[in-house]
Amino acid sequence: MALSIRSRVLAQTVAKRRGAASMRLNRGYASAAKETLEGDKLRLEFEGAYKTHKCESPSLVAYTNKQELLDYYREMQLMRRMEVAADQMYKQKLIRGFLHLYIGQEAVASGLESVLTKEDHVITAYRDHAHMISRRCGGTVKEVLAELTGRITGCSKGKGGSMHMYKADANFWGGNGIVGAQVPVGAGLALAQKYLKTGRVSMSYMGDGAANQGQNFEAYNMAMLWKLPAIFVVENNLYGMGTSVERASAAKEFYTRGDYMPGIQVDAMDVFAVREAGKAAVKHAQTTGPILIEAVTYRYQGHSMSDPGTTYRSRDEIQKVRETRDCIEKVKGRLLRHSFATEADIAAIDKEIKVIVDEAVEFAKTSPEPPLAELWTNVYAEDVPVRGVEAALSYPGAGR
Amino acid sequence: MQASKSGLSLVGRLCRASAVPKQAGQRRKIHTSRATRDAAAGPVAAAMITPELANYSGKTEKLNLFMSINNAMSIALEKDPKAVVFGEDVAFGGVFRAAIGLREKFGKDRVFNTPLCEQGIAAFAIGMAAVGATPIAEIQFADYIFPAFDQIVNEAAKYRYRSGGEFNVGGLTFRSPYGAVGHGGHYHSQSPEAYFCHTPGLKVVVPSGPTEAKGLLLASIRDPNPVLYFEPKVMYRSAVQEVPVEDYEIPLGKARIVREGKDITMVGWGTQIHVLYRAAEMAQKELGISCELIDLRTLAPWDVDTVVASVKKTGRLLISHEAPKTVGLAAEICSTAQEKCFPYLEAPIARVCGYDTPFPLIFEKFYNPDELKNFEAIKKTVQYDFS
Repeated sequence: MALSIRSRVLAQTVAKRRGAASMRLNRGYASAAKETLEGDKLRLEFEGAYKTHKCESPSLVAYTNKQELLDYYREMQLMRRMEVAADQMYKQKLIRGFLHLYIGQEAVASGLESVLTKEDHVITAYRDHAHMISRRCGGTVKEVLAELTGRITGCSKGKGGSMHMYKADANFWGGNGIVGAQVPVGAGLALAQKYLKTGRVSMSYMGDGAANQGQNFEAYNMAMLWKLPAIFVVENNLYGMGTSVERASAAKEFYTRGDYMPGIQVDAMDVFAVREAGKAAVKHAQTTGPILIEAVTYRYQGHSMSDPGTTYRSRDEIQKVRETRDCIEKVKGRLLRHSFATEADIAAIDKEIKVIVDEAVEFAKTSPEPPLAELWTNVYAEDVPVRGVEAALSYPGAGR
Repeated sequence: MQASKSGLSLVGRLCRASAVPKQAGQRRKIHTSRATRDAAAGPVAAAMITPELANYSGKTEKLNLFMSINNAMSIALEKDPKAVVFGEDVAFGGVFRAAIGLREKFGKDRVFNTPLCEQGIAAFAIGMAAVGATPIAEIQFADYIFPAFDQIVNEAAKYRYRSGGEFNVGGLTFRSPYGAVGHGGHYHSQSPEAYFCHTPGLKVVVPSGPTEAKGLLLASIRDPNPVLYFEPKVMYRSAVQEVPVEDYEIPLGKARIVREGKDITMVGWGTQIHVLYRAAEMAQKELGISCELIDLRTLAPWDVDTVVASVKKTGRLLISHEAPKTVGLAAEICSTAQEKCFPYLEAPIARVCGYDTPFPLIFEKFYNPDELKNFEAIKKTVQYDFS
């Protein structure tokens, strides 16, 4: 759909103003890590990766090794390839409805999921595909893509779609369409952990747009009042749909929005910085009380498939982040620079991932659709006759 | 896909629409979206005629639904200096382009974005209306209106009553896209009208075409009561009509007879008018049943007299809406009709509605009360045998 000349001019004006947002990106914020090889360990020293509010800074030093780097690379690359495949399937009209892709933000899910266990509780909004397939959560690319194409083999039996993915055995609570609704629910999950004395935490993700929802502050208040083991994560990708943070939030430092609640801001394009922030947050939540993490990240695509993503920001800005701060390239660079892996090794991983994703796409295309009876099951706990139009009056052949 | 009354296919109509010459000040070409082209047959031209404008001979322009809504807001902002438009993303034109060009024309003080906070938007609008402004607040999708529910029901609706008439929020209008769109799933397809019709103090209005929409929106904005105006989003681009360029209003509380008939009365609103129209055509063609179709336009307060007069004439009633059957608006219409027309009824009143499930994603085609379901209900009602 071509934009009229007027819209294009408007978009360029808007994009110039968006330069302000990209200044934020460049403002030493984009942290650089000093890398030193110590035997078979890689020592990372973060400069400017964190800002804190009423708490200590997470460790400025992180150690990693070849296996960890490969694992993170693999996980994030799998997330990205899956999202790209979903994008392609949407354009082929195999996926309908709403689709919100996580491309660019992989380090947030990958880094934070790696500090939690299956017994911890995670809840997020609608940009949830990547969280499903993290190593912690353990969902498969097959069940995610099959859910997107609406098949019975999808993780929600095809009934939920993109925005409603869940995994009970990993305590992954989805998958929520209404912006902000998941945050007080996450506080509730934390209360349950405290009440049942499990020692586990709940992690509630939200976006920079959602951070302005009133119910979040109700959640923060209760969490702080009762010292709940809750971690609130604002995935700040600088734009709430098409509105930049500058134009939506009076207080742009989201990590301070908890006010009386401590907060950490982290450059979330470095998965290790995210990991260290996550570790600190989990410790805080388990011993002291709730904490807020602002993960400053970036999404390369638009908000959803109907948003080209270029009318409110310049292509240069997107290109610049992709070229200089991409989270997967960062890990790849570390693998190559310190000879942990060769280009061939990485190509082999990429190939393996391609096979997984291609198989999943085929699976999603060929799986059967849910039977009609699924339309009226799971409305209540018990099976109730569903009032409405009698099956006999419905689409020919339906229900028979 | 069915051909329109003009005999052109949807593609043909599209080509004709895009051949509209661009004159100075005229809007750019009309386009439809893939979603609506692929959906079941689109709006029916004959179902969108406004009887109040039957004698209109002035200038018209070809507009689709979002353009006519845009036009209405433009006129409202022009004539009422206290009118403002706000909501999520309206500054660039809104996600459905209903607000396009307004900020450029009227300035950023009068057309502005709010952050993502429906409760805040509603309360903010109520505050402005209370001091006499005319806020036109957009809730991006009707599914998101629930954080604002308390403000609308407990504040806006009761303002006049609780202060004994000293204060009111009459200038307030909420606009929100509602209804099935083919792929909306749980949270982009809901029809929440019943919740608000159930609240005295509020008015609820739903248009069924561009000409109707412009007149009804202007009337809603100027009505001295808080009005919820739900727009059938699936028709934003596909409903195209020659709309009068003047400022005109269609009265609230008055239903529209879309099609006259003598065997059964059908009542609906919004998108459903087109579904019912096609069902009526099927019934006429295949069974020789003559259906009278009424577009309520205003759901609260609804035009009881028009419906009752019609039911007394035909003796049969069918009501259809996308919202779930239990305690949907059809229940209210049904109950009132049987109360006032009992001896005239030849058959039980039929309700063809959505199922009592959350609005499904993949099952939408089964869920929707389409023309086939309505045709069957017409047949069953007309052929009802007392014995």
